[in-house]
Amino acid sequence: MEARCPVCGSTLEVPDDAIPGELIDCNSCGALLEVFNDNGAISLREAGGVLEDWGE
Amino acid sequence: MRVALVYERLREEESQILRAMERLGVEGALLHLPSNHYRLEARASEADVALIRTMSHTNSVASSEILSNRGLKCVNSPEVIRVCGDKLLTSLKLISSGIPTPKTAVAFSPEGVLRAAKEIGFPVVVKPVNGSWGRLVSLARDEEELRSIIEHREAIGSPYYRIHYIQEYIEKPDRDIRAYGTDKEFITAIYRISNHWITNTARGARVEPVRATEDLRDLVLRTCEALGGGFLGIDIVEDRERGLMVLEANAVTEFKNAARATGVDIAGELVRYAVSGCS
Repeated sequence: MEARCPVCGSTLEVPDDAIPGELIDCNSCGALLEVFNDNGAISLREAGGVLEDWGE
Repeated sequence: MRVALVYERLREEESQILRAMERLGVEGALLHLPSNHYRLEARASEADVALIRTMSHTNSVASSEILSNRGLKCVNSPEVIRVCGDKLLTSLKLISSGIPTPKTAVAFSPEGVLRAAKEIGFPVVVKPVNGSWGRLVSLARDEEELRSIIEHREAIGSPYYRIHYIQEYIEKPDRDIRAYGTDKEFITAIYRISNHWITNTARGARVEPVRATEDLRDLVLRTCEALGGGFLGIDIVEDRERGLMVLEANAVTEFKNAARATGVDIAGELVRYAVSGCS
């Protein structure tokens, strides 16, 4: 399926078996993107960096 | 029996858990925490068990609370995640259960922490009560260094950094132990070896399997029981005179390096633990 990079706006091919929470790189701008399931529709959003309470 | 894997990012550990569920014939459902919303009135759920695997400690507690309230067995329970995510609560539970742990003090002012450090004896380790991956853990060898660390922490602004948690520094042999288990079973353990006094694998420590002694096995079970049960990753140091001492425990534990070093199927053990006692 195709989705739009939220950073540079280019169109990316997202694998059909992509799982929400998986990370992919935009091969146009290099942004790290997270697969997101917005009420049944797969979209991409910029993957945030490590937050203060992440980790074990 | 259906197990919901609650997660934010699909890391190596979560992928291993999914494969373990498939191997063990456990029906799994993926619950990507940010993709969904959660009505608090809801009681029914499509799963019986929730494996809480979020990276954010705050979200781990919240998701475990929500799903426990819906009647799911959460691994781990919100209480256990809350205790393990807070070094102050962890220390209180360890001490009240007689688990050996380094001398620890908490102070709420720079004056108080200086007094506490003199009482414990330098060097001391200053830790955030809610920190992870060894971040902002500092070693103060003398009063001057401690004053500087405390000044920086007070300047951060967050009230959590004004709870000054300090601990006796243990002269450990260039390594510590990460052990995995429950209150019923010891699973496996690794040494985390580093020339740096912080030995988290997230900070580049080398890993080797531990040949577990009875003392270590017993300590793991007792620690899990003291912290409220659950499936935990426990950090242990070896003091030359006093033997094994528990530093802290992790309720959403990372295990890929330990699984690789020991060959133990920690993901499978976690899944088996999650479905145990459920029909």
